[in-house]
Amino acid sequence: MKGRRVTDDAKRSGFSRRSFLRSGAAGALSGGLAAGLLTGETAGAATDAEAAETVGPGPVEVELEVNGVTRRLAVEPRVTLLDGLRDGLDVTGPKRVCDRATCGACTVLEDGRPIYACSRLMIESAGRSITTVEGLGSPDAMHDVQQAFVDNDAQQCGYCTPGFVVATAALLARHPAPSEHEIEAGLGGNFCRCGTYKGIRAVVAGGTGGGVSGG
Amino acid sequence: MRPFGYAAPATVEQAVGLLAAEGSEALAGGTDLLSLLKDDVERVDRLVALRGVAGLSGIELDGGMLRIGAMTTLQELRDHEDAIAALPALAVAIDGVASPQLRAMGTVGGDLLQRPRCWYYRRGFGLLALTGDGRSMVAGGDNRYHAIFPTGQARFVSPSSLAPLLVALEAEAVVHGPAGERRLPVEALYRAPRTGGERETTLAPGELLVGVEADVTGSRSAVYEVRQRRSLDWPLMAAAVTLTGSGPRAEKARIVLGHAAPTPHVASAAGDFLSGRELTSETVTAAGDAAVEGARPMSGNHYKVQLARTAVRRALGQAAGMEI
Repeated sequence: MKGRRVTDDAKRSGFSRRSFLRSGAAGALSGGLAAGLLTGETAGAATDAEAAETVGPGPVEVELEVNGVTRRLAVEPRVTLLDGLRDGLDVTGPKRVCDRATCGACTVLEDGRPIYACSRLMIESAGRSITTVEGLGSPDAMHDVQQAFVDNDAQQCGYCTPGFVVATAALLARHPAPSEHEIEAGLGGNFCRCGTYKGIRAVVAGGTGGGVSGG
Repeated sequence: MRPFGYAAPATVEQAVGLLAAEGSEALAGGTDLLSLLKDDVERVDRLVALRGVAGLSGIELDGGMLRIGAMTTLQELRDHEDAIAALPALAVAIDGVASPQLRAMGTVGGDLLQRPRCWYYRRGFGLLALTGDGRSMVAGGDNRYHAIFPTGQARFVSPSSLAPLLVALEAEAVVHGPAGERRLPVEALYRAPRTGGERETTLAPGELLVGVEADVTGSRSAVYEVRQRRSLDWPLMAAAVTLTGSGPRAEKARIVLGHAAPTPHVASAAGDFLSGRELTSETVTAAGDAAVEGARPMSGNHYKVQLARTAVRRALGQAAGMEI
């Protein structure tokens, strides 16, 4: 494997197709260790030693669902989900700030779970469902969390806001009435350099009917 | 990032075959590896994606044996009520991992095998960070977060959140490779590299960590981490302890420090001291002192010696249910 381009054959069979099917199968299996994998009984279970195909480093077709719409594009394996969304699909809500799995401005939901889009390869999200801040609501029909950010003036420069909105939605989905500790733990993966944390706490407190002290 | 190829094997056998090729690296959650590739600290010809490999993720509690697949995410483990009930210290170790996003992406195997955070390594000076004439940049530079138990010229610290606890529990790692399966103590996954070409783990090319197993019966464990900030930060020091037996006397004590040495540091003198003794304020304090015997802090990290004493004392107190 040195600088091999994706073959016509691979294009025709479609990486996205196979990876989509495979992801579906893996999803169905998840939740249990393969029988005997940790107990040394795998020989019969998986003797398929046929090597999986290597694709790239050139563009590979990937199919994934973004905000409820099936999207297909060709990306090099090295392209992150964040860059693929922004540059390939013009979904620019997730922001590129630290690009190192730290600041949270790129937070999106993958199959409902909050992840840093900067640190997931887009090809790894093939067959999965991505929700960005655009997918939560629109200016005309805002998600409750988006409306609460407006109502509580929970942003200044706004660069961290899309990630915070998605992370907040994920937090409230897990903990509809989060404790103060759960708020801190749930939003601990997002930074606001303007320091709008007090407003953001108020957003979350709104989801709880109040009772959370600010700042 | 530089260009690379990508393979998504469906089975462990396929993954092992792909990983045996030079220039191939396993991709788990990606939160560490992608940053290293972006910064050009590491280079790969091909990433071997483990996400679609059947059977690598999941948690089993079988009798007192806890089995965790390497691709289980930290959040999945944290949400597994039986596993947490059987080993409450896991919750502390996992909650120490910075954020919901990292817990959702990061895996147990990735936590154990993540690369050191040493800023000389992360700037491309290598794990040993030696100058052209063989002097340590760490010893002569900013070493505030580095090892208080350096090994040779290895002065970085092992960053894993789970490793100290698993080493304290004498957990086993299950590894698949070209020659089949082997099992080894989690402790033996790690080594201090002696040359710039060596890694800090003992896995051979083509070997894949598929999971870990720990007997969680008949012992009490605790993890205590000392950190500067509550969120999005690494601990400055961590201690994990496992006490075998119930009651005030520890039949056997295992005490392991994280963020103290290039490997999870087994404080055997402290464990030996406490084994067979009653846990009291005095013996716990003495164990903390014993845990830092032989420490060789550098110019900027003497403070970590006291943090280690305190972390050991508090972890022991929590495991024994004492007010410390």
